[in-house]
Amino acid sequence: MIREQAQEMSIRFDSYPENEQFARMTIMAFLVDLNPTVDELEDVKTAVSEAVTNAIIHGYEKEVGQVLLTCRKAGARVRITVTDHGKGIADIQKAREPFFTTRPDAERSGMGFAFMEAFMDEVHIESEQGQGTRIVMQKNLHLLQKV
Amino acid sequence: MEFQYEAGTGSLRIFTPREIDECAARALRAEADELIDSYQIRHLIFDFSNTEFMDSSGIGMLIGRSKKMGYTGGSIEVEHLSARVQKIFTLAGLPQLITVKGEF
Ligand SMILES: Nc1ncnc2c1ncn2[C@@H]1O[C@H](COP(=O)(O)OP(=O)(O)O)[C@@H](O)[C@H]1O
Ligand SMILES: [Mg+2]
Repeated sequence: MIREQAQEMSIRFDSYPENEQFARMTIMAFLVDLNPTVDELEDVKTAVSEAVTNAIIHGYEKEVGQVLLTCRKAGARVRITVTDHGKGIADIQKAREPFFTTRPDAERSGMGFAFMEAFMDEVHIESEQGQGTRIVMQKNLHLLQKV
Repeated sequence: MEFQYEAGTGSLRIFTPREIDECAARALRAEADELIDSYQIRHLIFDFSNTEFMDSSGIGMLIGRSKKMGYTGGSIEVEHLSARVQKIFTLAGLPQLITVKGEF
C-alpha cells in the first residue's frame, strides 16, 4: 500500500566493496511497494551504486569506515542520502565533470556523478576535506498505480 | 568471482556476470588480463547476455581493456547488451570506442 505519509529507513555498514550489492538490494526492497517502473528502479539502483562506491573507494580508500545510507519515501517522492566520514572532496565543481577522476590508476571512468545526475532529478554534494561527504539525491517516481 | 569464457585461437569470449559493479569490474579486469596475456588474445569479446546491471565501474573496466587491446593492435567488441546496459554505454560514449554487436 502506498502511504502519503513519509516513511524512512537507514542502514550503516562497513566500507567493504562487497556491501555495495547489499546497499542496492536494500534500496530496491524499500522502494518496491511504490510500484516504480523497471526503469525508475534501475535509475535509483545505479545512482545508489555510484554514491556508495564513491564513499567506499574515494572517501575511505584503503581504510575501513562506515557508510550511512538513508531513504525517505513520501507519496511518489524519494530522497536518498549517502554519507561517509572519509577524506572529503577537494574540488566539488571538478568532481561533477564527466570523465573527471582522481583515480585513473584504479581504472575509474569519472562517470559516477554524471550517472547520478542523469538518473535522479536532483543531486546535492556536501563535502569538507578531512571531514567527509554527503550526497543527497531526489527523484519523483511516476507511479503506475494511483495512490 | 569466476566467469565463464571461451578461448579460441587468438580470440576470447568472456561472459559477464549478472551485475557489474566495482567488485565484479575488478575481478573481470584481473581475469581478462591474465587470459589475454597467457593466450595471446588478439580479439576480445565481452558477451553481456547474462548482464542486467552495470554502473560506471564497468565503463572504466571496458575502457581499460579497450586500451590494452589497442596497444597490441588487437580488437574489442561487446555483444548482447540489454536495453539498460545499452543506455549506460550510450551515456558514457562507449560505442565510439568499442564495437557493439547484437544489440536490442
Ligand atoms: N565520497 C567521496 N569522497 C571523496 N572523494 C570523492 C567522493 N565521491 C567522489 N569523489 C571524488 O570525485 C571524483 C569524481 O567521482 P565520479 O564522478 O564518481 O568518478 P570516479 O568514481 O570514476 O572517479 C572522484 O574521482 C573523487 O576524486
Ligand atoms: Mg565514482
